[in-house]
Amino acid sequence: MSQTRKQLLIDPLVDNNPITLQVLGICSALAVTSSLNVAFVMSLAVIAVTAFSSFFISMLRNYIPSSIRIIVQMVIIASLVILVDQIIKAYAYEISKTLSVFVGLIITNCIVMGRAEAFAMKNTPIDSFVDGVGNGLGYGLLLMCVGFFRELFGAGSLFGIMILNPVNNGGWYVPNGLLLLPPSAFFIIGLLIWGIRTWKKSQVEVREYKIQTLEVH
Amino acid sequence: MSELKKENIFIKIKNMPVDSIPKTLLVAVALCLLCSMIVSFAAVNLKSVQDINKIRDKQKNVLQVAGIYYKGIDIEKSFASFQPMVVDMEKGVYSNKFDPKVFDDKKAASDPTLSVLLKDDPASIGRRSNFTTIYLLKNKDGSLDKIILPIYGYGLWSTLYGFIALEENCNDIFGLQFYQHAETPGLGAEVDNPKWKAQWKGKKLNNQNGELMIQVAKTSGLKKEYHIDAIAGATLTSNGVDNLVKFWMGKAGFKKFLENLKNGEV
Repeated sequence: MSQTRKQLLIDPLVDNNPITLQVLGICSALAVTSSLNVAFVMSLAVIAVTAFSSFFISMLRNYIPSSIRIIVQMVIIASLVILVDQIIKAYAYEISKTLSVFVGLIITNCIVMGRAEAFAMKNTPIDSFVDGVGNGLGYGLLLMCVGFFRELFGAGSLFGIMILNPVNNGGWYVPNGLLLLPPSAFFIIGLLIWGIRTWKKSQVEVREYKIQTLEVH
Repeated sequence: MSELKKENIFIKIKNMPVDSIPKTLLVAVALCLLCSMIVSFAAVNLKSVQDINKIRDKQKNVLQVAGIYYKGIDIEKSFASFQPMVVDMEKGVYSNKFDPKVFDDKKAASDPTLSVLLKDDPASIGRRSNFTTIYLLKNKDGSLDKIILPIYGYGLWSTLYGFIALEENCNDIFGLQFYQHAETPGLGAEVDNPKWKAQWKGKKLNNQNGELMIQVAKTSGLKKEYHIDAIAGATLTSNGVDNLVKFWMGKAGFKKFLENLKNGEV
């Protein structure tokens, strides 16, 4: 084992973050980050699904025929997602209303599939579980960061608690409506990637080509 | 003899490589069976809790629109003070064909025998049920206090489901509230903003001649008592709310029933 379990858990937080480095799972990061409550529940759901799907797939890895391995992974992931969806509907009804289809769409989240294919198929169940939790946490961390900026500056609140009193409530703060629309998440994720790469130089890829300087005749 | 043969088949399959066709089929079938069992087990077991959540949520909204909800209230107990009734939309009178406690409006709206296909359909709802559950809130002496009517219609992205509460004179609005929609957060979803909702209180539906006057619009060309300010940055959601309120308070909606109720002919 080249990595310790602690590394498996901590690496995906910043050094190998599924969103900022691998650029996976962007679609749901755009959709569910307009408020922190929703982003938080979504993160928990993704952590649970990634961890358990990696665990079960790793347990079965020696019995999964390679010709149908993707479908087998999908079946396991889909079952877990439905399970999570049902549990949220039963015990967090208010939030399930705002999450609507996005819990179901965890099935198509590339992070879950990516960890199953890249890690769980080759490693032991416990390691895969830890790896799943780590990557889910990395996804969740970024979701919370984006959600923080979007909710604070877009709606003037955090976790639904008012911080900046918005104008349409009789306050002074003019909310930035753009931040509540999905494109703003693109900008924030872009800026975060820039920030992380400036901090961690090792994430910057080597240029594949060099731009020639133009000689003026 | 046959038992021995059976055993041989199992051993044979067991010794096959993982990628062989029989073993692939076996893994696929076994996994699908197991997963479907887990999923159906969860769905069946959690169904009752989910159904209660849905009912509670609707009841909570009835309480909210009637202005008697506060945090920590016993929803079930407070809801018992409302009297549910099924209204026959064509005749505008109460119907005793159904038990109002279990009547399912949404189901009725998609049942061709219980609904009509709308030709003039400003709220974009397709079919309108001929029977609708409404809620009456009575005073302690038994007189009518408030009437809570369900309304719904299309906004920008989604169908908005809500309730409108009217005072006992069937013309003054007490409140309006949506309990289910998927409009843009911060823009169309401002229909949930308490300050916007507060505008509805005290507004009137019809003028003295009985014409429907209520409107959601950007500018108030009409008298203030019929005007609700549209939401800034959410023109299409506001138009949707305007359309659906006009539809449900109009002739194809509850107008006939409200007139009958006012005249005591229900």
